Amino acid sequence: MNAPHQLPRKLRVATTSLSGCFGCHMSLLDIDERLLELAHLVEFDRSPITDIKHCGPCDIGLVEGGVCNAENVHVLRELRANCKVLVALGACAVNGGLPAQRNNVDVNKCLTQVYRNADGVVQVPNDPELPLLLDKVYPINEIVRVDYFLPGCPPSGDTIWKFLTDLLTGRTPRIEHPLLKFD
Amino acid sequence: MFALETAAHPENLRRIAIDPVTRVEGHGKVTLLLDENNKVHQVRLHIVEFRGFETFIEGRPYWEVPVTVQRLCGICPVSHQLAAVKAMDQIAGYGPLTPTAEKLRRLMHYGQMVQSHAVHFFHLASPDILLGFDSDFTRRNIVGVALDHPEIAKQGVLLRKYGQEVIRHVAGKRVHGTGAIPGGMNKALSLAERDEMAKDIEQMIAWSLGAVHMVKQLHETNPGFYNVFGEFRSNMMGLVRPDGALDFYHGALRAVDADGGTIFDQIDYATYQQVLEEEIKPWSYMKFPHIKSLGAENGWYKVGPLGRVQAASFLSTPLAEAERQAMMALGGGKPVHGTLMYHWARLIEVVHAAEMIRDLLNDPEILGMDLMADKGPRRHEAVGVIEAPRGTLFHHYRVDDDDLVTYCNLIVSTTNNNQAMNEAVRTVARQYLDGRVITEGLLNHIECAIRAYDPCLSCATHALGKMPMTVELVDPAGQVISSLSKG
Repeated sequence: MNAPHQLPRKLRVATTSLSGCFGCHMSLLDIDERLLELAHLVEFDRSPITDIKHCGPCDIGLVEGGVCNAENVHVLRELRANCKVLVALGACAVNGGLPAQRNNVDVNKCLTQVYRNADGVVQVPNDPELPLLLDKVYPINEIVRVDYFLPGCPPSGDTIWKFLTDLLTGRTPRIEHPLLKFD
Repeated sequence: MFALETAAHPENLRRIAIDPVTRVEGHGKVTLLLDENNKVHQVRLHIVEFRGFETFIEGRPYWEVPVTVQRLCGICPVSHQLAAVKAMDQIAGYGPLTPTAEKLRRLMHYGQMVQSHAVHFFHLASPDILLGFDSDFTRRNIVGVALDHPEIAKQGVLLRKYGQEVIRHVAGKRVHGTGAIPGGMNKALSLAERDEMAKDIEQMIAWSLGAVHMVKQLHETNPGFYNVFGEFRSNMMGLVRPDGALDFYHGALRAVDADGGTIFDQIDYATYQQVLEEEIKPWSYMKFPHIKSLGAENGWYKVGPLGRVQAASFLSTPLAEAERQAMMALGGGKPVHGTLMYHWARLIEVVHAAEMIRDLLNDPEILGMDLMADKGPRRHEAVGVIEAPRGTLFHHYRVDDDDLVTYCNLIVSTTNNNQAMNEAVRTVARQYLDGRVITEGLLNHIECAIRAYDPCLSCATHALGKMPMTVELVDPAGQVISSLSKG
């Protein structure tokens, strides 16, 4: 007798925004009505749009943003450890993006400039609850292994949809013009 | 010193962290310190990220700034682009905008109001309201809403889509487009684009009005809860026209006290540094602004939907104004201060923005081709201010003779709400957590208070920094043998 037919389990997707602007997550939502279609194909794990605070075993991890502080490193490693496929989503994750312009700046001078009060007294926030900043903003592939890089600031909703549906249906993701853009 | 900000004796207290705060934009965490009886002694909302825009903008050409600084935020890029370009209009020496250029800027700004408020209410906050503050946390998200309330989720997704499409038609891209340039706009609107937007606008007005009515009905089911959850009194601030109407794109500053009495009115926003100042606290990268004349203790205020619709005298469109009156009737002539009222006010603003979009699309000037203002003398310093979806947004620049930025100061909307959000989480901690066994659902009450403000923590982390670090090698007698400092 045949085993009872079982529906394939839904793939689990985790997403996170490190040192990004949330624009890539907005682009993910720019798949519009297809978001409801996507919800039939996948379950969301840790993500800024769910209340799951830590990642469980997942099939796909989407990472927006570069790495600018110690907390970003922990979150990124948590995703890498739990996701079979890790994707650098957008310019900041791919190469640091605009926030990496801080890599040219003398941070010490800047700190005293930003956190000077009206009387000229410097008070840099230093509570242990604040994660340590890294010396530079790093692309995520300098911290963990990355399986796919999706460029764009941000990649469009259509680009993300094409990429995800390729991946979810077992095709090798192929992004070509006009979906492949770097701005 | 604010109650519950700093515990007198933190050493013996238990720490609970909500980390990360979810269904908000950007990075934040809440820490609570409780004693053995679960009495709350300290509650803080920390902004933990730090990015550096104000500093690395220095040395860049001024015309690059509007498209650079909009990368502060992917939810409200249009507000940063417009606040920056309003300053750069003056720096580059342009006179008043052409009517078409101002209308196109307003069109994309109202489009942004619709999409940003929709994504916040439907995608991020509605799971709490529609599914329950302490419902199953694995389902408490937009997918859960889509399963239980498919029609509401669909309308939310399509309202957001409409706002994003308005932005795309004007600025070329949904997120981080161009559009506004110093002196005007870089592209006219085509007839086809106008008609594309016009065909759906009545539906959008109807849906946004439906969302206001849904919140109103939810309020009627449990007014005691909605009025009192996270309620605290505070001053409020927003931009108004000379006649007192709220204006999202341009106006003068008005601040009112908790009873609606005027603190200041019709203040030229270029002089913001004379009426506002910022305080630094060691436990957050986000500064704490307040009204200078009232001081840090009493001068803090609310911005964003609930603050500005009540600071203003009226809204200029009829459907939205009627809804504003209905909401304010609850206060019996005085402003309302319940934290969850933010959602109601926010949806009223969606109606207002949608009505404004309809009026603009019906205006023949929106299709004009005269996009650039006349050029006059250059200036070295200018301030651009706008009502972003989350509240009043200040951009202040100085530019040298070589066109390069020498100074940049940003006070973003969420920073203006810093003290108010901390006050909201402390009020909720007192109301719901004190002395009780802490559960996930109770902690979500804290997050619900933060979410009501729709904080944009990415925006709030623009200042660059690095933690100074000192390592000391100390011998058993406490003598420092060697010391190494960094940062």
